[in-house]
Amino acid sequence: MDALILQILNGLDKGAAYALIALGLTLVFGTLGVVNFAHGALFMLGAFCAVTMQKLLTLSTRVRDESITFFEAYKEVPYLESWLGDTGRIIIDYSVPLSILLTIPVMLLVGVVMERGLIRHFYKRSHAEQILVTFGLAIVLQEIIKAIFGANPVPVPAPPAVAGSASIGEWFGLGPAISYPWWRLVYLGFSLVILAAVFAFLQLTTFGMTVRAGMRDRETVGLLGIDIEKRFIIVFALAAIVAGLAGAMYAPILAPNYHLGMDFLVISFVVVVVGGMGSLGGAVAAGFLLGILQSFASMTEVKSILPGIDQIIIYLVAVVILLVRPRGLMGRSGIMET
Amino acid sequence: MSTNDRTSLSRRSLLKASAAGASVLAAPHFFIKGAYAAEYCNMPTGDTVTLGFNVPQTGPYADEGLDELKAFQLAVKHLNGEGDGGALNTFKPSNLKGNGILGKKVAYVSGDTQTKSDAARASAKRMIEKDGALMISGGSSSGVAVAVQSLCQETGVIFMAGLTHSNDTTGKDKRRYGFRHFFNAYMSGQALGPILAQEYGKDRKAYHLTADYTWGWTQEESIKDATEKLGWETVQTVRTPLGAGDFSQYLTPVLNSGADVLILNHYGSDMVNSLRQAVQFGMREKQVNGKDFQIVVPLYSELMAMGAGEAVKGILGTANWNWQLDNDGTKAFAKSFGQEYGQPPSQAAQTCYAQTILYANACETAGEFTPPAVIKALEGFEFEGLGNGKTLYRAEDHQCFKPVLVVKGKENPSNQFDILEVVEVVPTEQVTYDPSIFGGELGPYEVQGC
Repeated sequence: MDALILQILNGLDKGAAYALIALGLTLVFGTLGVVNFAHGALFMLGAFCAVTMQKLLTLSTRVRDESITFFEAYKEVPYLESWLGDTGRIIIDYSVPLSILLTIPVMLLVGVVMERGLIRHFYKRSHAEQILVTFGLAIVLQEIIKAIFGANPVPVPAPPAVAGSASIGEWFGLGPAISYPWWRLVYLGFSLVILAAVFAFLQLTTFGMTVRAGMRDRETVGLLGIDIEKRFIIVFALAAIVAGLAGAMYAPILAPNYHLGMDFLVISFVVVVVGGMGSLGGAVAAGFLLGILQSFASMTEVKSILPGIDQIIIYLVAVVILLVRPRGLMGRSGIMET
Repeated sequence: MSTNDRTSLSRRSLLKASAAGASVLAAPHFFIKGAYAAEYCNMPTGDTVTLGFNVPQTGPYADEGLDELKAFQLAVKHLNGEGDGGALNTFKPSNLKGNGILGKKVAYVSGDTQTKSDAARASAKRMIEKDGALMISGGSSSGVAVAVQSLCQETGVIFMAGLTHSNDTTGKDKRRYGFRHFFNAYMSGQALGPILAQEYGKDRKAYHLTADYTWGWTQEESIKDATEKLGWETVQTVRTPLGAGDFSQYLTPVLNSGADVLILNHYGSDMVNSLRQAVQFGMREKQVNGKDFQIVVPLYSELMAMGAGEAVKGILGTANWNWQLDNDGTKAFAKSFGQEYGQPPSQAAQTCYAQTILYANACETAGEFTPPAVIKALEGFEFEGLGNGKTLYRAEDHQCFKPVLVVKGKENPSNQFDILEVVEVVPTEQVTYDPSIFGGELGPYEVQGC
């Protein structure tokens, strides 16, 4: 029972990341009709925003380390620490939450530049060409990050206040065996807030209504005199910001490296396909579903019956869903079917 | 008519001649090879000798790889008589003269194994065929070491393994042309077992998370055997893919398995991720079966420990070497490395430095570069002064035997590099084993060559 609860939490956590990436992916697909293989790279860029923030806050001066005598060793003392003392140290500790302030403008810029500079030229081209160009773009972004930050993962710590684990078992009277890392709970909560905000934006604002109308029938919306293309730039930037935030907050869970995006991209595409191409609710539901299934498949009880199932479960589910419901869980007709 | 005949004949003969010419040009690789076999691969003809350093510069073990490369560069410098000479001053018995190897200046080429066997083989092949490397060294993964070692056996190029800890490297996959200075998983088990029993008691239940490739498997087996002999029970062993990143789904079952010790058979960035995540899951504050929950890292690396930060404090493991050891060889090497790069060397760096020196010395001892003579000079060679104390290169399996360190993450480090403390130096006798237990054959001295 305890194991089940923990695996559900693990699944929700993974699922939250999948859902946030898949949400942007399906939003871009539904509105712009573009299959964006560079979307995983946006998640990776977000994670490196957290790394950059940490590096900026810990810009250091080199001080001779007297405790090492047999060669000239230097230790790095961050400027913030030498200027502000304890306050400086606290600011450094909170670099990941603070990185949100950096991530939003950076991803907004990246999104707009990407859409205006490259993607819009491919709106009317075939899906194959869109995939090729966005995949190429993903590789370019990846190599840029590799050139700047190197090939190794860069560990980014969570703030010390939420670095340990929470005894959630005791909160609900289930005994002390169930505890879960605080930061993962923070991530789950953060993801739910972002998801809710995106849905509220699309459902409750006039802008959102126009975008949804555009997703349904672009031509008619255009005939009504609305410049849907302009709104779509904002949609693209929004998707980039969501992916970026998902990445930045994920950094303490998984030390970011340059191919983080590719690792998540494939799974996110499966999530979109399982959820139904162009369906926002489907993407979110499928994200959480696949996250939880992946966690369950890693349980030793399951692995002892089906060895290696944890590696293929996602694809197995995708195959079954596509056989039973070819349009995915919540797919609408007419998308990618013409 | 006759003119025509002549023309057609000459055209035909031209065709024949060019066909013959083409086959002669193509021949060296297929037919003439045997004729030069006795000459051996890449024998140096000019006034330099080229060594090939094949290390992971990307992938999960890249940190170790880059440190290894630094050590190789330092060794080349010292061999050529530049710098302060490092451990060359303490190494004995030495035939090195500080003027390169057999009077030829040492040059090197490097490659990226990417921590993948196929990429490593391709990179080693390039160094042998294109760059004329006389010896190949490096590696930070046993999968890579085993793959490159067998390539080196085929081509007749000596392979001085870098950091590789699987029993297979000098066990079932040992080769005449392959040599390992680093210790192995079996030795880790023999050294660590008694200390674990002493620190944590004999009634413990262990849960293994294991990197799913040759090194992980042999380490899991060795530690399992050693701890079970002491009375521990193994609750579960779980294989995790190399470079898995998020280990949460493998860690949560540990908490409910009834195990009170988690053994992480991971290395490099896998280790950093799984250990940090285990600590995030609160495992170090847990009480299971009335005892404090413990985490053990059988193969420690300082670079890994630096990446894992606070998470390593108090965690037991083993190491081949540590820069804070109190002996002349260690001091000389650590000083030289520290002055060159501003940080102390890792154990990966030390083993690579030692391997390069040992190879050069064997060439000097043999008085020639021909691999069979160099191999014979290394087999059964006893030496000291490279940092590990008295060491034997055992002839039967090309494995070095020397004391093994049991180390622990330091609770109160005095500086940023002071991460591990040596708990015990386990004597060589306690980690020595019969070479026949792992099987395998070294193979011939004479091979067809490249």
